Amino acid sequence: MTTSPTPQELVERALEASRSDDAVVIVRTTSSANLRWANNTLTTNGEMSGIQVSVLAFDRRGDGVAVGSVTSAASDLAEVLSLVELADAAARAADVADDAADLVSGVAAPDWAEPPARTSIGVYDAVAPALGTAFGTAGGGGRVLYGFVDHEVATVYVGSTTGLRLRHVQPTGHWACTAKPTSLDQSAWVGGATRDFTDVDPVAFEAELTRRLGWGSRRVDLPAGRYDTVLPPTSTADLMIYLLWISGALDAHDGQSVWSRPGGGTRVGEQVAAPGVRLHSAPAYPGLEAVPFVHTTASSESASVFDNGLPIVPTDWIRDGVLTSLLTSRHSARVTGLPVNPAPDNLVLDVAGGEGMTEDLVAGTERGLLVTSLWYIRVVDPQSMLLTGLTRDGVYLVEGGEITGLVTNFRFNESPVDLLNRFSHAGATELSFSREWGDYFSRTATPALRIPDFNMSSVSQAQ
Amino acid sequence: MSGLGIDASFLDLPFRHLADVALGRAADLGVTHADFRFERVRYQDLHVRDGSLLGTQDSSDVGFAVRVVHGGAWGFASGVVLTEAEARHVAERAVEVARVAAAMTTVPVELADEPVYADVSWTSPYEIDPLEVPVAEKVALLVDFTERLRAHDVVGHATAGLRQVRENKFYADLAGTRTTQQRVRLMPEVTAMGADAERGIFDSMTSIAPPVGRGWEYLVGRPGAGGWDWDAELAEMPDLLAEKLRAPSVEAGTYDLVIHPSNLWLTIHESIGHATELDRALGYEANYAGTSFATYDQLGSLQYGSPVMNVTGDRTAPHGLASIGWDDEGVATQSWDIVKDGVLVGYQLDRVMGRQKPELNDGRSNGCAYADSPGHIPIQRMANVSLQPDPDGPSTEGLIERVERGIYVVGDKSWSIDMQRYNFQFTGQRFYKIEDGRLAGQLRDVAYQATTTDFWGSMEAVGGPETYVLGGAFNCGKAQPGQVASVSHGCPTALFRGVRILNTGEEAGK
Repeated sequence: MTTSPTPQELVERALEASRSDDAVVIVRTTSSANLRWANNTLTTNGEMSGIQVSVLAFDRRGDGVAVGSVTSAASDLAEVLSLVELADAAARAADVADDAADLVSGVAAPDWAEPPARTSIGVYDAVAPALGTAFGTAGGGGRVLYGFVDHEVATVYVGSTTGLRLRHVQPTGHWACTAKPTSLDQSAWVGGATRDFTDVDPVAFEAELTRRLGWGSRRVDLPAGRYDTVLPPTSTADLMIYLLWISGALDAHDGQSVWSRPGGGTRVGEQVAAPGVRLHSAPAYPGLEAVPFVHTTASSESASVFDNGLPIVPTDWIRDGVLTSLLTSRHSARVTGLPVNPAPDNLVLDVAGGEGMTEDLVAGTERGLLVTSLWYIRVVDPQSMLLTGLTRDGVYLVEGGEITGLVTNFRFNESPVDLLNRFSHAGATELSFSREWGDYFSRTATPALRIPDFNMSSVSQAQ
Repeated sequence: MSGLGIDASFLDLPFRHLADVALGRAADLGVTHADFRFERVRYQDLHVRDGSLLGTQDSSDVGFAVRVVHGGAWGFASGVVLTEAEARHVAERAVEVARVAAAMTTVPVELADEPVYADVSWTSPYEIDPLEVPVAEKVALLVDFTERLRAHDVVGHATAGLRQVRENKFYADLAGTRTTQQRVRLMPEVTAMGADAERGIFDSMTSIAPPVGRGWEYLVGRPGAGGWDWDAELAEMPDLLAEKLRAPSVEAGTYDLVIHPSNLWLTIHESIGHATELDRALGYEANYAGTSFATYDQLGSLQYGSPVMNVTGDRTAPHGLASIGWDDEGVATQSWDIVKDGVLVGYQLDRVMGRQKPELNDGRSNGCAYADSPGHIPIQRMANVSLQPDPDGPSTEGLIERVERGIYVVGDKSWSIDMQRYNFQFTGQRFYKIEDGRLAGQLRDVAYQATTTDFWGSMEAVGGPETYVLGGAFNCGKAQPGQVASVSHGCPTALFRGVRILNTGEEAGK
């Protein structure tokens, strides 16, 4: 009987086998389980496992360094050695890389020898029966549930010929549920991120959805226009994630983003948001713990394969309203003259003096809208970072600080940069979950914001 | 028409044996259905910026999946270790997942019947496998593309990217179907960026060459014989960018639109393609990608658009990004009507949908199941959904001549539509003012916004076959866990009356 090699053995054998001047090997194991439901019944579900091996070979020459990058599912030594040969050959055939730099050096991390972490369908041992109960409650009450739970545990190993031996375990989970009455004429949504599903209760979220559908007993048609609008943390997260994604230093330096300074350079150092606004990332942020080092298999405008193993440090993107950092690799940092700030996997928005929750901002609104969920957000104009998108699954009228009815959906056209200048009230920062991007970027903490003149460009008939 | 034959290195993989082991184990555990899918999907991405290679990456996704129906519930599991023991283990996990799922499954899973295809194969039509072309040759071409653009003063920066995919799949099920397939696809994209310092604005111009199910000949072949006319497109891009930077900002209002296929394909994708997926119409995407206004009760009666609107679903079109011989449930692919003379007459189906609505397609799936990797569950995905030209229709110029005050739209850019596919907003690469039937220069800051049935109802005319172009996308997202799919949309140039135009600068409050 043969046993599969460990990830560490795959890394070591690949590094030994490489004939290139240097090599980096990244092994990423994944284990995931999900349940999906619609119309009060389970629809699809599964348990998946995978292992991906990336071999990056570096060929040093008189005029620079060329890189070959090959990634594949590979679980035995023969497959990995084949990848090494392909990567070595790719490096020899490649042109020298613009982003060449010394590889990051290091030693074995204390947990290097630990095995991969895993999950299984058993992570839903408590959730699954409660979900069955929720289906029954919803069905009995004339409601229909649609939703998804997903749990993935990824373990990444990074080894290099310069001594790096890094390991990181990343649990990522999220849940979301949409409810409609059987008439299908309105909709409500709740969702959140979790690391282990011990804090997810389908019976409780079904009850919250029922409460929200109750707000729809009165319907109010409103025209397009600018409205005093409360964005709960989930909607704020939708917009801030996009803000981070367009914050590449090279794009700004090239004059192609909202962070470009007219006439050349970037807007780093400029006041771009209201005083007190802080947008930041930190791998150790409580509840949002994320990978603390770079692991990338391809170079791009804001990442470099030469940076593998580089620490991802706490970074303020906006501090007290001033743009302080943009996404950089060591290469793009050199080109733009900015500090090195690799892309993080979490994001936090704080507003000085912000306090209270969504309900508190609603309570302070004389007449306006509560928008519980945003969707299909895309850039319309990179110069102003104008985004378009839609409300979905719950827009409510607020009158005298109370939710008094259900409003039709809208298409909005807004810039998150403008919003960070125009908000009138901010809540306390709390762990949040982006409706649109949460499946891919779930580690956010954001406050509710109240925007006095949010631009609802047209009415959407969707319900 | 056929491609180069199935890659021998794929045929050497042990998928048939693993299938026998996995399906045998599933049968022993009492399943009522089991299918086995083995995939190897190879990708190569190249990125060039301002004449220098930014990065290359070769990657592949290899593994297998077992899907079962047990106790009336779905069970799915996948793995990447290609051993008998793992095949058996994955089959057992799939059954275990079905057991967990059974307690929450209130509607038993049933699949539409499909003939058995004992041992069949299919390859897509292409001439040169792009993954066999030396990387240096491909990089040199992309470097040349960016350098040609940067030779013009207006172009500050230029980028070129190329994604290449070769997808091999083997499918087997307990009924006895065995399919082995291969297809390739390419997505090139070239962008020129520039700025007008005096006006304090910047902009970009991206190529309109669509992604295709073709080989390397698309990059280097003769135009009309499998190749795109890159020389012509690259030659005009700098001047088009310069004109765009000088162009006046649009006056918001209502205009007649003549829309080129390079833009209209995306409107079709969002407002017809997704809206006529039956799983959405029945609520199965409600929590994520959304449902559809085109509900099943309106089949045969919904006036989707004007009488000149005829839309087909087709998974057999040559060079289509969604074209294949058999889908991921072993169903032979087909073509059918979705909108006929402006009325909704059909949907896209998988085997569960086919069983649920036996009055459609004689109770058979029309072959729209697809999974983007061996680690994902097949779901109902889009066929090539295309707007048909008028056999006697006019040229693009002929359509423009019909417009007194309007805008001619070329190329896609920003897109967004609501979760029931009513309200949409699109921008584009280029917008030309039309005055008295003639083009009168570019406009800036344009977006068009409409509701699906209003928009298609306003379509007065479609162009002739010579205006037809097969556009498409590599990155259509759907489902949870999220999957991407490639899909093509063919269409002619078309004329729409009275569409709302926004000024995006004004929308931004400027």
